[in-house]
Amino acid sequence: MAQMWNSFDTGGHLAITAQTIEFPAGGGDRVHAYLARPDDERRRPAVLALHHMPGWDEFYQELCERLARHGYAAMCPDLYCRFGHGRPDDVTAKVRAEGGVRDDSVVADSAAALEWLKSQPWCSGRVAAMGTCSGGRHALLVGSLVAGFSAVLDLWGGNVVMGADQLTPARPVAPIDYTDRLDIPLLGLFGNDDKSPSPEQVDLHEEALKKNGRDYEFHRYDGAGHGFFYYHTPMYRPEQAMDGWEKVFEFLARTLGGS
Amino acid sequence: MCTAISRSDPLSGAGRGPAEWFQVTRSTVAFDHATHLPQEHAVLIDFSNYGIGLDARIAVELDVGSARVLLAQLQEALDRAEALEQLDYG
Repeated sequence: MAQMWNSFDTGGHLAITAQTIEFPAGGGDRVHAYLARPDDERRRPAVLALHHMPGWDEFYQELCERLARHGYAAMCPDLYCRFGHGRPDDVTAKVRAEGGVRDDSVVADSAAALEWLKSQPWCSGRVAAMGTCSGGRHALLVGSLVAGFSAVLDLWGGNVVMGADQLTPARPVAPIDYTDRLDIPLLGLFGNDDKSPSPEQVDLHEEALKKNGRDYEFHRYDGAGHGFFYYHTPMYRPEQAMDGWEKVFEFLARTLGGS
Repeated sequence: MCTAISRSDPLSGAGRGPAEWFQVTRSTVAFDHATHLPQEHAVLIDFSNYGIGLDARIAVELDVGSARVLLAQLQEALDRAEALEQLDYG
């Protein structure tokens, strides 16, 4: 059993607070975010959680709450906020119809969220960018382009490696091409049965990281494909997911300091 | 989008939502993460009218084989309709 699971003292007092907030995002727009953090005044490291393509959804609310129970402030901005509000799947359908959220929009919102987090009295100032699926790709982009983050966690982010025919005005540069600008530690978790990113694409990414002398650790899981943390889908792989969460918490402890 | 397989176009039609019929102004077809079907990816078909609201959407998720059946049905219906009515789309 992973050490992160049931590692708390039953005699201790656990309290977190979690709610939807608004913060000044890119361009000064008021954007929603889900914020979960320990309910005390200690200064904590933080995680900026960048949600996946299926949207700003319940999985990400629970991901933030899990991080908070383990001592981190976790903030998940609604990257689709400007597209309107409704059920997450309806919002995501509109985002898809309009060609997807723009990379520069995500980068601007993430930079603003980082600034907001660092201004909070309960934030230690050390912040990681973390995401799954398209959020993993976004975390990598943000960690490469926005100064001030301390670590990046890319969980099965697809389209890190992109062919010229995949580049669009919304996604004009493949994140792998920013590897020379990634000067903070990177954790990558991948399923070997995934098609996006495929093991071959993960190989290419790893080659680029090595070539640039980057601080990274990749963990690749047999018997898992895309989204193996997603307990609400058939993609869930409990053994690989629990080991993956262990890697996440070890990495956060190493790069952000004690929570 | 994770697969980047998606295309959206304006069109003209009407669709029946849970409450009422509404004018459909756009269709989007993608192959990407399924919301409801118990599989990683599905052919996602949306008929929408975002001028009315985000929920003015008729959504269907199909496995690839079923989408092929639908495509064949559409093709056959269109072929027969054009032969019948001698429609000129020129």
